[in-house]
Amino acid sequence: MGGGIDESVPGFLGWLDTPAGKVARIATEWSAADHLGAWKVRWAIGRMAYLVPPGLYAVGTPDDSSPVVVTANYKLTWDLVRRVLAGRDAWLLVLETHGINVWCAAGKGTFGTEELVRRIAAVRLGDVVAHRTALLPLLSATGVCSREVRSATGFEARFATIRAADLPEYLDNGFRTTGPMRRLTFTLRERMALVPVDCILALAASLPVLAGCLLAGASLAKSSRSVEALFPALSFLGALLCGTAGVPLLLPWLPGRAFSIKGAFLGLLPVAAVGVESAWAIRSVLPALLCLPAASAFFALNFTGSTPYTSRSGVKKEIRRALPVMGLSALAGVAAWVAPRFPG
Amino acid sequence: MRGYAYLKDVATLALNRERCTGCGVCAHVCPQQVFVIRDRKSKIVDRDACMECGACALNCPADALSVDAGVGCASGILTEWWRERFPRKRGGPASGCC
Ligand code: SF4
Ligand code: SF4
Repeated sequence: MGGGIDESVPGFLGWLDTPAGKVARIATEWSAADHLGAWKVRWAIGRMAYLVPPGLYAVGTPDDSSPVVVTANYKLTWDLVRRVLAGRDAWLLVLETHGINVWCAAGKGTFGTEELVRRIAAVRLGDVVAHRTALLPLLSATGVCSREVRSATGFEARFATIRAADLPEYLDNGFRTTGPMRRLTFTLRERMALVPVDCILALAASLPVLAGCLLAGASLAKSSRSVEALFPALSFLGALLCGTAGVPLLLPWLPGRAFSIKGAFLGLLPVAAVGVESAWAIRSVLPALLCLPAASAFFALNFTGSTPYTSRSGVKKEIRRALPVMGLSALAGVAAWVAPRFPG
Repeated sequence: MRGYAYLKDVATLALNRERCTGCGVCAHVCPQQVFVIRDRKSKIVDRDACMECGACALNCPADALSVDAGVGCASGILTEWWRERFPRKRGGPASGCC
């Protein structure tokens, strides 16, 4: 049942007979492959879409009174949800979000009213359970209109908790969302998890700039010191690391509300490195001061897409103000670097 | 969000208190604790925390809330601007957001 679910789904244990047909029972423990997969996703290795077939799954031995937990078909999310349901009987209704997590999918509308209504009908959820409640991740309220789901399916779409980890407590205390369950967090750990992917994506997107730095370094360095050819590329990499790793890690402690300010501030670190290396020669420090904070600020601005608190209007305003400044500063920096190196 | 604050005075969130029935749905779904229910009406207590996700407006049964909802992601916005400018060209800045 539920097109696509067969015995090859991760954690498959067996089939459970229901009035709406056979439902796959799945394990709540992760296998070695699940652990490896989670690690690979963090490092952006392999497919970006990491998915399980949408449809209905069974955890434990659920009956018609067991809770229905709705989630995305992003495998990492699905893995987290089935793991927290260990030792319980529950139905897991997986929506087709094309392998994207709940938050992103709700923003795009794929984890939305339409898909939920369609999926409830497709798995004949009304024949499987006697109650009429479906528990949704709280953040899916961005894409799901609870009233419309009820009028279309009879099911009450109940926004439960933000994090899967809070589900057991929620289920135990009679479906009550407590304060901490509805509060977003952005802990050091959560920020750290974002760093590898962001760094790798930024590196990949910066290859042309890096190539340019290497070429310029090689052609303009004084021939007496060959390592000098690497300096422009190295300082750019330093700025990239400041924006993509330093800013996320130090986010709450960096000055300013705007990400570009936080990034520019941290971008002073590689400038200082250049200063020390060049014994504070103006022809090295000035270009670094104009280029590196600008680059770091740009990467920091990009991190807005990974944070759970930046608004669209805010980011628009920041881009409008900061992007021209960064661009001009970087151009002036390149000019200041090239000009004194051309004799005559 | 606790410990974090983005730009001030930019959120497009608006509440029509006349229409509000005080049902509390907005306070339940808002992940940034923007609302409290007082005297059977919703009240915006932390407008600057609004990340314009749109959950409150989508689920308000009285149509009392409006917000210009979208994702606060720089590369997404840049991609959008690029497409508006060069509708015929494909590509543009790669979108790093979800
Ligand atoms: S959801 Fe709408 S009607 Fe209900 S309290 Fe909030 S603003 Fe008022
Ligand atoms: S748009 Fe989102 S963050 Fe803003 S008030 Fe509504 S639910 Fe809260």
